[in-house]
Parts: sequence; structure tokens; C-alpha cells
Amino acid sequence: MTLQEPTSEGRFGNFGGRFVPETLMPAVLELESAFREAWADPSFRADLDALLADYAGRPSPMTECHNLSEELGCRLLLKREDLNHTGSHKINNVLGQALLAQRMGKTRLLAETGAGQHGVASATAAALLGMECCVYMGEVDVERQELNVFRMHLLGAEVRTALSGSRTLKDAVNEAMRDWVATVTESHYCLGSVMGPHPYPWMVRTFHEVLGKEARAQSEALLGGPPDVVVACVGGGSNAIGIFSGFADAATELVGVEPAGGAAVGRGLPGVVHGMDSFLMQDEFGQVLEAQSISAGLDYPGVGPEHSHLASIGRARYEAVNDDEVVEAFRMLSRSEGIIPALEPAHALAWVSRERAALAGKSVVVNLSGRGDKDVAQMMDVLG
Amino acid sequence: MSAGGLDDGLRATGRVENALRARRDIGGKCLVVYVTGGLGDDWLETARAVADAGADVVEIGIPFSDPVMDGPTIQAANDAALNSGATPVTILNALRDSDVGVPLVVMTYYNIAFRMGLERFAESLAAAGVSGCILPDLPLEESSAWIEVATDSGVETILLAAPTASDERLQRICERTRGFVYGVGLLGVTGVRAELASSAIEIASRLKPITDVPVLVGVGVGTPGQAVEASQYGDGVVVGSAVVQRMLDQAGPEGVAELVADFRNALDAR
Ligand SMILES: Cc1ncc(COP(=O)(O)O)c(C=O)c1O
Repeated sequence: MTLQEPTSEGRFGNFGGRFVPETLMPAVLELESAFREAWADPSFRADLDALLADYAGRPSPMTECHNLSEELGCRLLLKREDLNHTGSHKINNVLGQALLAQRMGKTRLLAETGAGQHGVASATAAALLGMECCVYMGEVDVERQELNVFRMHLLGAEVRTALSGSRTLKDAVNEAMRDWVATVTESHYCLGSVMGPHPYPWMVRTFHEVLGKEARAQSEALLGGPPDVVVACVGGGSNAIGIFSGFADAATELVGVEPAGGAAVGRGLPGVVHGMDSFLMQDEFGQVLEAQSISAGLDYPGVGPEHSHLASIGRARYEAVNDDEVVEAFRMLSRSEGIIPALEPAHALAWVSRERAALAGKSVVVNLSGRGDKDVAQMMDVLG
Repeated sequence: MSAGGLDDGLRATGRVENALRARRDIGGKCLVVYVTGGLGDDWLETARAVADAGADVVEIGIPFSDPVMDGPTIQAANDAALNSGATPVTILNALRDSDVGVPLVVMTYYNIAFRMGLERFAESLAAAGVSGCILPDLPLEESSAWIEVATDSGVETILLAAPTASDERLQRICERTRGFVYGVGLLGVTGVRAELASSAIEIASRLKPITDVPVLVGVGVGTPGQAVEASQYGDGVVVGSAVVQRMLDQAGPEGVAELVADFRNALDAR
């Protein structure tokens, strides 16, 4: 199979849809048609490709981890999204959406952020394109990702602290949606993952397919074909869907790794929040539960609808790792390969490390979705 | 025949719509008041007092963890109610065992209905004596499955109509809504504003000519004066945050009723 376009109602199988307040519905419909039109326009594609190459630094390399491969007993390769400008895969989507917003005549980019990587990428694109930028971030994340808050300020963005609920990513999304309801005429909501109402899950995936295509070609060159396993961390699921898209038609096993405290696919039931019908951690009455993870970028009780679909049809599987395993993996990659990963992709590495016996002799590509600079201050506390 | 077209003659009206039409027929303006269910021990007495003070319909909020259409006041009310253990079941049970005196509407977010199961939720509303339902994160495109089961249970689904909608979209909303059409008064979430937005008057004047269903304006209607202004073209108003703020301030049923009476008197005196 290859990843499909959703139905006209924005459904991937049973999941997806567009559960937004009436006020936003015209904007969501307009965004869908603007995206379709832009994506079919060679000049839009050329502008985006140029930015991805000359500004973001694409293609990102694929690195074979010789030391760690020996240690783990599998053949481990990393898709180096950490080397992109701004330090993560998030820039792929943001450049696409910012160009689209500009084309739609919007003057303000609105974003939510957990780890701050999407916020930094949004602030970056806004600075580049001369747009206003406002980023919502939960109070807990403002504290643990202080460096990224400072970066956003440097880039000229306004950072607004979300004080409601768990004061993490879920609440930042709520605040961003409330802002959007009030400013929909001038603001584009630059959503940071493959979540939210249609067309976001599909549009954001499309903007990240570039990394999957590259990874596929790089695997052919390095391995002579697709790898046995592709592994990526899953918050909303954008870096995972990006790399999965390159291998969905191959015999490759696709593995998404969630934090144990935010395992929407692993522990959730279908539910509707943030505009989408998808697996969601919730109580018996439908109240959304607060996720709990060391990683701000994965500290989210939901997941993008296409992942719920891929899980349901068995095309991808979703596993969970705990915070201790993540910390260990963070140190492991730093020491063995000289690459400090972000805590988010450290989840993917933690799963590989734990499952080393089952993976023995296999080729494994991990999407290294971001670099660890932003996490160093937090890890200084954790590691003492 | 009414401006609403053929459809109006054929559709059965429910208790919410009948109550609002009755108010309109005597030349009055409708007042729908929102009360957060489970907020404080006396929320049910507050609902009764609100009805006695002149609300035509009382809206009971079932709190949700992530109310994206609500501003700080109703968010705080939601949180307080949830923290004190309110659930859809405790609220509907309380309603079932009491008589507020006017038709009731439940306002909550779609996941509450979705998790319970749409049919069970619709039946629970009906069993609790609730006549209508508002789900602010369920736009027209996603509403069919719910409207079908709600209609089967005799529950009127009140749809929102926003300032961002085209005329053609407003038309479709008016055709599907039951009870009343809820004109969203401004671009934004619930909450009291210093002044009534011009969009409140605009949305009412866009809706009135295309439907015979009562047209009410809510979101950003926070004072009796704003209520009078907002019902200039429409048939009345929905008042939420101003009343909930009184509840949060522990004004008690009488204190809340006083405010509602001010709204009623202002609308009657206009
Ligand atoms: C480096 C990195 N990876 C992954 C994520 C999680 O997002 P997603 O699941 O959409 O890839 C984040 C989010 O902040 C991130 O910063």
C-alpha cells in the first residue's frame, strides 16, 4: 500500500473528520481548497523546494551508526532530521504552511508548541516571510524548554503561556484554537503535527513526505533496498508519518513509539478532541486525561487520525517506552555516536535498544527527528 | 407562508422551539440562560431560580475538560465542576429528579456524547427531561449522525451560525437546526465584553430574513443593555458567562436570579 488521501470528509478509515466550531468551518474548507490548488501549482512547489534546499538544508543525510550497530546487534541507520535548520523535522511542514498562508493573504501565523521546536520553526518562517507570529506554549513546557522560548523571542515571535489544564501541549492547542476562533480573518493556524481537523493531518503529512522519499532513496543506496524496520517517535505523529510514507509500499515493518504516559494508540479509545476523531486517552465519561512524559514534544493524550487508522488495519504498530529507558537512550546515542538526540526521538532509540534481541541481524532506520540542544538544561537536572 | 420556506410548514416543533415561539408571539424577546451543571452544591436550585426569574429556556452545561469555544469564566466553571466530581451521569440524574419549570437544553462538547454512545446519550437526555442539545464543536458537516439519533429521541439539536458563514451556509444551518438558531455574536469564545460587537447585530439581521425558527444571539452578550441591543433584529439572546461569573462569585440562587431578572426586565421594557 501507499498512504492514501483521506475521503472528502477527511477520514482515514474511521478516523479523522473536522470537529471544529462553526466559526472555523469556513476557514477549514478554504484551507483545504487553497492547499489543493497550491500543491498542484508548479510555482508553489518550486518555491517550497527552494526553501527546503537552500534555507532548511535538505536533503538531510542518513547516517549509519557503526558503533551502536555493533553494540545492539542490528544494522542501525539514522535519518538526520536533527541537522535541518532549526533542529528538527518541524521546519518541513512550517515552510509549506507559511508559504500557503502568505498565498492566502494571511498576515499572522498562530502556532502551538510542546518542545518548542514547532514554535521555533514557526517563528523562523514568520521572520523570513515578514509575518507576525504568536506561539502558545504550556507553562510546564515554558519552564522545561526555556532555551526554545528564548529562541522564539529572538526570532521576533510572541510566546503566550497556556495556564489551563495540564499546562502542556494539549492546553497550548486549546489556547491556539481559541485565538484562531477570534482572529480567523487574519490568522493562519500553523498546526504542528498530523492532527487537528481535516485538511491538517493530510496536509502536514504531505509536507513531511519529502523526508520519507529521501529516506527511501538513501536506504536503497546504503542497504540496497528498504530496511527491515522503520522506527519513529509519535507525539501527534508528524515525523513518524513522514518517514512511514516512504516505506508504506515496502515489506518494511513500521513502528511508532509513544511515551508510556502519553500512549494514545496503546492506551486510548476513540474520541473527539482538537478537531479530530482518533485514539485518545480519556476517562469513562470522555474527559481527556493529562499525559505525562519527560519529553514535552510527546506529552500529548491524543494522536493524529492516520496513525489510529494504520494501527487499526495493522499496517503499523505502536509501542511504548518509559522515561527511564528514554534517558538511557539519550545517553547511549550521545556516547556511542557523538550525536545528542532530542528526547522525542530518544523514544525510538529506546525501543530499538530494548528490543535488540528481536531486532538482531535486521536493518533498522530510526527517524532522528531532532537534536538535543533544547533538552540539555533539563537533562542536567535529571542526570545530576 | 413564512420566509423560511416550505420546510417550516412540515417540521414538528419541540418544547424549546414552542416556548420561544410563545414568547415571540406575544411580542416579547426570548431569554436563554446558561448554567454550568455541577458547579457548587446549589446549581440545580440556581437553574430553578433562573427559570423563575424569567428565562424562557435554561441551558445546562455538562463540563468538558477541553472546552475550546469557552473563555476564562466558563473554563473556570468547568474545572470547578469537574474537580468536585461532576459527570454527565450525575448531572443528568439530578435533572431527571427535578423540575426546573421551563424547557431545558444541554450544552456540552461532542466527546461527551461520543464516549457515552450517541444513542445512549440522546436517550439519557430525553429520560432526564432535557429537550434540546448544543454541541459547539459539531459543525454542520459532522452533525448528521447525531441529529438522526437526537431526533429519534425527540431531542432538538440547536445549531450555531457564525459570522464567518456564507449566506448559503446560513441557509443550510437554518434548515437543519431545531429549537432555535444560535447566532454567534462575535469572532471569539464565550465571555463578557465591554461592548457588544457589531457582528452580533449583523448575524441576527442576516438570519432573520431566511428563517422562521427563533433567532437568538449568544457569545459576548453580557449585560442587560447588550441584550436589548442584540435582540433588536433577532428574537432574543443567550446569556452565559455573566451568569456563570455570579455563580463563581458564590452569589447563590437569589443573587443569580437577580441578574437574570435584570435581563428579563430590560428585554421587556425595551
Ligand atoms: C524533535 C521532535 N520530534 C518529535 C516531536 C513530536 O511531534 P510529531 O509526533 O508530530 O513528530 C517533536 C515535537 O515537538 C519534536 O520536537
